[in-house]
Amino acid sequence: MTEKRIIDVDYGKVETERMRINMGPQHPSTHGVLRLEVELDGEIVTEVVPHIGYLHRCFEKSCEKMSYPQVIPYIDRMDYISSMNNELPFVMGMEKLLGINIPERIDMIRVALCELNRIANHQIAVATFGLDCGAFTPFLYLFRDREMILNLFEAVSGGRLLYNYFWIGGLMNDVPPSFKENCLDIIKTVRVTNEEVMRLLIGNKIFEERTANVGILPADVAVNFGVSGPVLRGSGVDYDIRRSEPYSMYDKLDFDVIIGKGEIGTLGDCFDRNIVRMREMEESCKIIEQIISVFPDESSDVRALVPRRVKPPKGEIYSKAENPKGELGFYIVSDGSVNPYRMRSRATSFVNLSVLPEISKGYMIADLIMILGSLDIVLGEIDR
Amino acid sequence: MEQNFVYKLFGDGIIMYSLFVIIPLTFLLIYALIAILGELKIASWVQDRLGPMRTGWKGVLQPLAEVLKLMQKEDIVPDAANKPLFNLAPYVMFTGAFAAFAAIPFTMNFVPAHLNIGLFYIFAVGAFAVIGIVMGGWASNNKYSLLGAMRGVSQMVSYEIPIALAILSIAALAGSLDLQEIINQQSGGFWNWNILGGNGSLWKVLVIPFTLALFIIHFVGGLAETNRIPFDIPEGESEIVAGYHTEYSGMKFAMFFFAEYANMFTVSALITICFLGGWQSPFGDFLNQPLMQAVWFIGKSCFLVFVQIWLRWTLPRLRVDQLMYVSWKVMTPIAFFCFIAISVWSMLR
Repeated sequence: MTEKRIIDVDYGKVETERMRINMGPQHPSTHGVLRLEVELDGEIVTEVVPHIGYLHRCFEKSCEKMSYPQVIPYIDRMDYISSMNNELPFVMGMEKLLGINIPERIDMIRVALCELNRIANHQIAVATFGLDCGAFTPFLYLFRDREMILNLFEAVSGGRLLYNYFWIGGLMNDVPPSFKENCLDIIKTVRVTNEEVMRLLIGNKIFEERTANVGILPADVAVNFGVSGPVLRGSGVDYDIRRSEPYSMYDKLDFDVIIGKGEIGTLGDCFDRNIVRMREMEESCKIIEQIISVFPDESSDVRALVPRRVKPPKGEIYSKAENPKGELGFYIVSDGSVNPYRMRSRATSFVNLSVLPEISKGYMIADLIMILGSLDIVLGEIDR
Repeated sequence: MEQNFVYKLFGDGIIMYSLFVIIPLTFLLIYALIAILGELKIASWVQDRLGPMRTGWKGVLQPLAEVLKLMQKEDIVPDAANKPLFNLAPYVMFTGAFAAFAAIPFTMNFVPAHLNIGLFYIFAVGAFAVIGIVMGGWASNNKYSLLGAMRGVSQMVSYEIPIALAILSIAALAGSLDLQEIINQQSGGFWNWNILGGNGSLWKVLVIPFTLALFIIHFVGGLAETNRIPFDIPEGESEIVAGYHTEYSGMKFAMFFFAEYANMFTVSALITICFLGGWQSPFGDFLNQPLMQAVWFIGKSCFLVFVQIWLRWTLPRLRVDQLMYVSWKVMTPIAFFCFIAISVWSMLR
């Protein structure tokens, strides 16, 4: 359990006893069933070993026994707080394999819902990040607003968390007639609450002290580890798949890619990763506004192009999209039958978590929790 | 002693001493129930939700329900725990919180023990909580508890120094450690309270900045003493699960909980006595009868408890090193400076 070692510290050679503690899988702030094996020297973290697999559901292997449309509900269960975004890369990849061109209206609905889900995801990320440092109230404010988004999703798809809404070649249903007003209502509320959270939490001196200069992830390390999403952009790397390799209708939309600037502390610290998420919500609002302004009122048959039997030709495809947490990709190998020959997913959280042992050494145990919170992982996606 | 209404009614005897224990204890039990309800309701008010609504009218019976729930729970003692210490710790903690009530003057006519070193006594027994925390944390034989206990000890010992300096300044200002004497000197309206420089000529405006600073220092230090956010580092539920009381359940956990609320009141009462005129009415002799004095005293203390709850639901938590920084590099030097300034003032006036 414990071992005695001579370690070098600032005040000369002191013999200290290090302590190994298990954080999780049942710990209040490991964001799920993650187990961190932490070695502590007093309060200071000397080693972190993440252990994963407590939520393993054999997603990739199970897919080989399912038909393509049956895969979509399982994809929902990967990153269960941004399910709409999860479905998009798979559906797009399948459409490419099958050679289906999606009408613009369906693309609009897809992108609008993805951006709403991005807001919902970032709300949870910021809320739980605040919770990690002891601020309970912003958590409830953000969850209150997330309810509106979930209500819209429920009206659209029937599910509040797992939607199965994007189908290969179309959508499950058309959006309800009040879709535009609902979206605008949500944007309005999100902006008001974000303003409030900026003042209550992000602008708080204690919060700044807790997050600035903590868990610094330099840009080169970030790129070497292959992290993506707000974690990468927080380190100042201007990379967003929506911008660099536009898919769906993102090339027609005007939005900024938010990168961290190291305002309070060093570039790539917890504060930057968090503020990128806060600002991305505003960008998502802008995207939704643009879509709503050109969204056609008359409804169309959203299932017109949905194939009766999904049987793609022999071939393989890697399809990726910008998930709220980063790059989510699916590598689909088809052998010409109704089941995928092989499914492989590049899970964002899995890659992002890999950087944790690298950036959390030498910080305090309270900082470790903050760093973990700033990476915004979901264990459903890591373990699949 | 002669002033005490209990003494006047019953004389010197076993009844008097029993009442001296029973009255504060009853008060504390009722206060704790109200404070728990207040915590729940203030939290829900801050957070834009309803809070408990189903137990009784608007959920007023929720604290009773919680006490009943905690009583029914199984009292788990870990196998590897140091059982005597483990069982004793919650009671040590509560004793520290309750012992302070022996010297707290609720009105002109009621103080269980009229000590001439009351200020020192309350401060000294307030430090008892540290022993409870380290006993509980160590005896649990849990790494999270151990971390919590270590944090708790370092935090409370550090924050006692600025508080001690604040109290020392009050002692210098009043020229006494007797709580009734300190309160008596603050008579005649809120402009004579120690937070506004105490009783004196117009020249006292010179010391108002120092007394105000000391009031804030004492209050912030009090937050740290009671382990409330932003200083709830020994419990820090997102880092070390529940800190020193991770392994406690049932009534022993309830005792820790009770002690925390009792401590909140003790700290608030001490600040009220030192800075806010104790049981003095804010309007001079207006409404300054003995019964109203109790109302003023409890009202002022409960307002400070309310501020503690309010802060808890607003602020994030500090880190251990930042906590130490605030204590040793910010509060202690300022408190020391204020102490010197007030000492000079009380020497010259």
